[in-house]
Amino acid sequence: MNDTLLPPRVVLYEGHGATPLEPADRGQLVAALLDRGYAVTLAGENTATATPDGAFIVVGSFAGHSPEVNGGLVTVCDMTGATVEATVQAVEAARGDRRMNRPDAATAPGADNLTWKPWFPVIDPARCTNCMQCLSFCLFDVYGVSENHELRVENPANCKVNCPACSRVCPDVAIMFPKYHAGPIDGEPVSDGDVTREKMKVDISALLGGDIYAKLRERSDEAKKRFSRERSADQALAERRRCLTKLADASAIPREVLDALPSPEEIERRAEAAAARAAAARAERETAT
Amino acid sequence: MTTPDAPSPRILYCRCAYAQVVPSEVKDAVLEGLAAAGASFEAVPDLCEMAARRDPHLRALASGADQLKIAACWPRAVRGLFALADAPLPATGVDILNMRTESARTVLDGIGYGPRGTEASP
Repeated sequence: MNDTLLPPRVVLYEGHGATPLEPADRGQLVAALLDRGYAVTLAGENTATATPDGAFIVVGSFAGHSPEVNGGLVTVCDMTGATVEATVQAVEAARGDRRMNRPDAATAPGADNLTWKPWFPVIDPARCTNCMQCLSFCLFDVYGVSENHELRVENPANCKVNCPACSRVCPDVAIMFPKYHAGPIDGEPVSDGDVTREKMKVDISALLGGDIYAKLRERSDEAKKRFSRERSADQALAERRRCLTKLADASAIPREVLDALPSPEEIERRAEAAAARAAAARAERETAT
Repeated sequence: MTTPDAPSPRILYCRCAYAQVVPSEVKDAVLEGLAAAGASFEAVPDLCEMAARRDPHLRALASGADQLKIAACWPRAVRGLFALADAPLPATGVDILNMRTESARTVLDGIGYGPRGTEASP
């Protein structure tokens, strides 16, 4: 996501000098633009339209008398007499080669477009105690620490889509995934029962050895011994799969995420690095407070 | 022209376009209701996606002086998303309507464009 430009914003202007759209057309046009990844401002005469990066596309029925617009990268599309679909096409043309993330990228024109499902942890600051367990747990550098020594989501795009595993290790139920299908992980208010349940999940993890990465390493070592004895790559792989299956069943980590994990050695390296970062963050917080 | 003059409060509508966790019939009906009422509002494809980009527009929305009504999902999640984008919402003056659980009518009523609001519009 970091290399993605801000998409241009569309301003649907119906103020002075423009003919208002029929309500049905207005709704259809906005829905079509949103479903293609454009943010839309519906503007009357007094609505501010400035955007931080100055790039926007003004759409309206101007009957050939397009308004003068001050600003940076502004394109005006006169949709007088045009259908909703034709107007959407005009907006796409006005965007040009500008690369953007979009929900319909698989069928959209422009090979450079991205389809990144925005899946990442969101911290509830009212619940988070900055214990850094999630920072220690995550192998993918999703989490970081702010200048104020507080936990923050530093690299959302590093998160593994549909994996809510870190929310399961949070003892305070402070990690949400807004696109998850159920509460409280989806952001639903947390009940006392949820807190108990979430703590039980941590206990389940503890039953596996207190640390699933430690468990992975342990399994890996066993597999390595067998591998060295038997020289059977197939058996080593089967062993790893058995381990991953158990972990998937116990902690609700999607199988595809576990299957995509790096080698046990790399897991060990990353887990140690993450644990060191968490320990340093905790120490810095203690010093600061 | 039926657009009201610069209505206060400001309205933000999230389409949640990258997932199917908000019922389509609700988010479609809320959008239709706002469009039919001629409301001036901000509509975004996906608040999560904007938060991940730390889109500066979220800071502009969070820092405005007028009351802000947000049609999206769980308030806890919405506040967390704005905080993640370094644009924390103020503790007061923000109403978050949950399209995951509420009906379109309830959401539109909360925004001020329910059946009564629509009747009152020119």
